[in-house]
Amino acid sequence: MKRGRVAYAGALHAAEPQALSDGHAGVRLADGRVLAEADVVWLPPFEAGTIIALGLNYADHAKELALGAQAEPLVFLKGPGTLIGHRGLTRRPAGAKFMHYECELAVVIGRTARGVRRDQALGHVAGYCIANDYAVRDYLENWYRPNLRVKNRDGGTVLGPWLVDAADVADPGELGLRTFVNGRLTQQGNTRDLITDVASLIEYLSSFMTLAPGDVLLTGTPEGVINVEAGDEVACEIDGLGRLVNTLVADSAFGRD
Amino acid sequence: MPLTLAVSMEQPPWRLSGTVYGTLLNHRSALAALAAAVDEPPYCGAPRAPVLYIKPRNTLAGDGDSVTVPAGVAELEIGACLGLVIGRSACRVSEARAFEYLAGYLIVNDVSVPHPSYYRPAVRCKARDGFCPLGPHLTAAAAVADPDALAIRVYIDGRLCQSASTADLIRPAARLLADVTEFMTLAPGDVLALGAAAPAPRVRAGQRARIEIDGLGSLSNAFAGERA
Repeated sequence: MKRGRVAYAGALHAAEPQALSDGHAGVRLADGRVLAEADVVWLPPFEAGTIIALGLNYADHAKELALGAQAEPLVFLKGPGTLIGHRGLTRRPAGAKFMHYECELAVVIGRTARGVRRDQALGHVAGYCIANDYAVRDYLENWYRPNLRVKNRDGGTVLGPWLVDAADVADPGELGLRTFVNGRLTQQGNTRDLITDVASLIEYLSSFMTLAPGDVLLTGTPEGVINVEAGDEVACEIDGLGRLVNTLVADSAFGRD
Repeated sequence: MPLTLAVSMEQPPWRLSGTVYGTLLNHRSALAALAAAVDEPPYCGAPRAPVLYIKPRNTLAGDGDSVTVPAGVAELEIGACLGLVIGRSACRVSEARAFEYLAGYLIVNDVSVPHPSYYRPAVRCKARDGFCPLGPHLTAAAAVADPDALAIRVYIDGRLCQSASTADLIRPAARLLADVTEFMTLAPGDVLALGAAAPAPRVRAGQRARIEIDGLGSLSNAFAGERA
């Protein structure tokens, strides 16, 4: 089952996919109303708890950034203010030379996990969604790198459109990822190439911190990140999870000179 | 998991959001302790922007809670910080008006497994369960005359082990709020810890740490070994 959260006509609603009579993608609200995707405001599909992100978790991307092998997973945390939903707008700061998207498999915890073994780990997963975890590389410094100014900007983490039940994903280690910028394919990968796979990540993280329902793991991105500019539309796809669309906007949209 | 905090908020309707942001190397002594290493690889220079990290909800604890020293770890570092509690949504706050966005203050004990390198985020060392005692309660902003001149004292088993002041912060409270909210909005109930002095006092299992900050009371936590 795919579940979303949308705002429409003055209220928040649970939503699920529903094809429209003209064949376009639409949503069906819990109260029965069927609407076009563009007629609702999309929120992240669940209330996120702790947001745990992985860097350099695909060998090809690590190579792309000219970085060597890692001793342990590169983990960083993000705050809730960075999250936005499907079709949201992300500010691109003027003057930045390299701001890029990162299409990632997001794993949502459904059952408290503490000291969980790898072979039991997937039993703690509620479901999956797509994440687009933007970075502004201009702001990288070598202290707790990548730091929050790079990775935790307002609106810099897009989640959605749907939370897809774990039961509907046969193998989270065999999912194709694709990113399109203005319709052109720029990034392609497969979760089979994760350096630390989903189950191993849950084992690693739960060895030192309790994971609670709603906590979400952003599992890293494969090679193929390119600079994007204000006005660009970025669409991230993952097999079986849907298509997450987002648009970059200039400072002026946020009242900044 | 419902967020339960043993911190009593004496000024309703203020509540903590559950998100605590920490600031690395914001006390002059902390940067000075790195000496020449600051300019060498992998750092290659002092931080230009605030260096932040998150103490997630599993780390939150209250005054009096026991903190677990992980098996195989001899000592933990006590990170005694002044914590700002945000009172209203703070985005692009000016330094001059920063204090208008505060609900108040509390004491933050940013507990860490000692780690020699600050190059990569230290989640395994800083985000363990119970590693962020807060308290003892929220002190209203109006009750603190000058947050940039507060003495911070750390006692281990009653013995004074660290004496510091918020007067020695590289970015004092208002400046830090301005620089952080330039790129990320802080929400009501978020806590921004201003950074601890160095060298950090260390505790072993069986010891107790008490942090005092002028006008905010004290935050006391026992440290216990991990049970097998």
